Amino acid sequence: MKLSSGTIRLIIPAVSLVLLLAAVFYMQPRAMSYTGLNLLFNLAVPIALATIAQMLIMSVNDLDLSMGTFVSFCACVAATFLQSSPVLGILIFLGAIAAYAIIGVVIHIRGLPSIVVTLGMSFVWGGLAVLILPSPGGTAPTWARWVMTAKPPLVPMAIVASILIAAVTHYIVMRSSFGVLMRGVGGNDRSVERAGWSVIGIRAATYALAGFFAILSGIALVGLTTSADANIALRYTLLSIAGVILGGGQFVGGKVSPIGAVIGALTLTLAGSFLSFMRISPDWQIGAQGAILIVVLALRLALNRLEKREKSQ
Amino acid sequence: MTLHRFLMAKPWIWSFAATIIVWVVTVLFTGGASSFGLSQAALTFAAFSVVVGIGQMFVITLGPGNIDLSVPATMTLSGTLALKLMDVQDGMILVGLLASIGIGLIIGLGNYVLIKALRIPPIIATLSMSFIVQSVAIWSNRGLRIKPPETLANFATSGLFGIPNVALVALILSVIAWILLEKSIYGRWISAIGQSTFAARMAGIPVDGTRLVTYMLCAVLASVCGYLLASFSGGAALNMGSEYLLMSIAVVVIGGTAVAGGNSNIPGIWGASLFMFLVVSMLNTYGFGAGFRLILTGLIIIAVILLAGGRQSLR
Repeated sequence: MKLSSGTIRLIIPAVSLVLLLAAVFYMQPRAMSYTGLNLLFNLAVPIALATIAQMLIMSVNDLDLSMGTFVSFCACVAATFLQSSPVLGILIFLGAIAAYAIIGVVIHIRGLPSIVVTLGMSFVWGGLAVLILPSPGGTAPTWARWVMTAKPPLVPMAIVASILIAAVTHYIVMRSSFGVLMRGVGGNDRSVERAGWSVIGIRAATYALAGFFAILSGIALVGLTTSADANIALRYTLLSIAGVILGGGQFVGGKVSPIGAVIGALTLTLAGSFLSFMRISPDWQIGAQGAILIVVLALRLALNRLEKREKSQ
Repeated sequence: MTLHRFLMAKPWIWSFAATIIVWVVTVLFTGGASSFGLSQAALTFAAFSVVVGIGQMFVITLGPGNIDLSVPATMTLSGTLALKLMDVQDGMILVGLLASIGIGLIIGLGNYVLIKALRIPPIIATLSMSFIVQSVAIWSNRGLRIKPPETLANFATSGLFGIPNVALVALILSVIAWILLEKSIYGRWISAIGQSTFAARMAGIPVDGTRLVTYMLCAVLASVCGYLLASFSGGAALNMGSEYLLMSIAVVVIGGTAVAGGNSNIPGIWGASLFMFLVVSMLNTYGFGAGFRLILTGLIIIAVILLAGGRQSLR
């Protein structure tokens, strides 16, 4: 059987997730249940959505350093405006999506480095979040709470949601013609332009879509935590980048994988639970997370080498 | 036309122009009363950004994708361990400095080993490294706040002829960095690697050695900055480096260093560091709340980049 290189790239993150899951089950067999799985992966849903958003931005060769503050901002809006006056909340979200589209266009037209522009934007979103919720508070919209705490039969919500996110984004990014154009811009924007497409339009749409997924991430987060705070998701910036890379995505060239990104986000979440099961002292938790990241990437390198050797034979 | 070309050739002018405008606006608001104190505070706080900014600039010069995210963790660990080692004794000041330089060397070496041996993109390699370094800092700090030796604390908080000592240290480091960058073969090498790694390798430049030295240099500058900052603020805190991650990148880019690599400049880092501090203090003077202050800081950063922009983009 011949495997495409895309499939092989997907196998590695999937294998590391399964290994990690097996280790968790070995140490804590009670986690092998409906409730256990739900608890393990609950927090993965907002992270997966943020990772997808980051992946979209990375597919056009940019990087969004404002992801964490933007998701925090969205969580604050969801816990206040969206809950009390839904119309206003939706309008704010539409404005945020428009802002993302504008950022994407400005970065392209002026040839600016995306990391710096999004760095600046991270201050803006952070400031807006502080204005909306100066101290932790707010209430989750009932429907968001309902969706995130729903108990579908057989499979926990967290797993259902992850599969759904992976399927939908796989369709958008890998199957739809828009997805092909988007990855084409990441690969070679000049040839996409010569083929008669508007690179500006594609980039605006990509950024808007990323903004949309980041908003979903904020709403999902509030649905889980029931209240919000201006700093609630700051670590999502780095988590989302790490998730994309763990899932086999690359910084340049439009090489991304939505399924991989979701798996990457699940792996990162699981790594946290794994460490608490290991009874590692809290001092070393962050460090061990870094070590897991390194181990998984080393594993990927080893498998890549294996793949190359097979090709050369 | 010649003026235009002059401005294009010296991208750091923008950051200084912006700095002067912000300074004048702030001083005018307070009726000139604050001009001396403001300048001194600006020089002090800009000095810390300059030191980490220079290190980050060398790394960014290496070309697309090169960035060091372990700067804040390195600063924290170096500050914590150095103060612990010195244990308030004046005789240990030099030992403490050497220890923090050593910490920088180890972290820089670790960063590059991950990048090279595991072929991890620098952004992820330095991120994973910073997690580990942060953990070591948490473990060794245990929430204790050790004071710096008195002589060192005095040195860090006082000045010479009205110029803060830390600013003088930053100035000396900048001059050394400028010589390294403009006059030494090493500086030519990193620019060449930043413009085209492939061509540099073909030209016989020791690419790996140069990159290794650069990552180590960046980590050493970060740890020296952590040492100074901990002495200045009367003790190390676990979050003392956190704001310097964004700061170190922002000052490099606002200062006019090409994010695509291969083209860097040191005066711009000074302009940008002073600018970043002055913007915040201007907004403070005008009495804005935290939210508005953050929003305006962000918008001003973007505005400056838009004005000075039009360069090649990294990604």
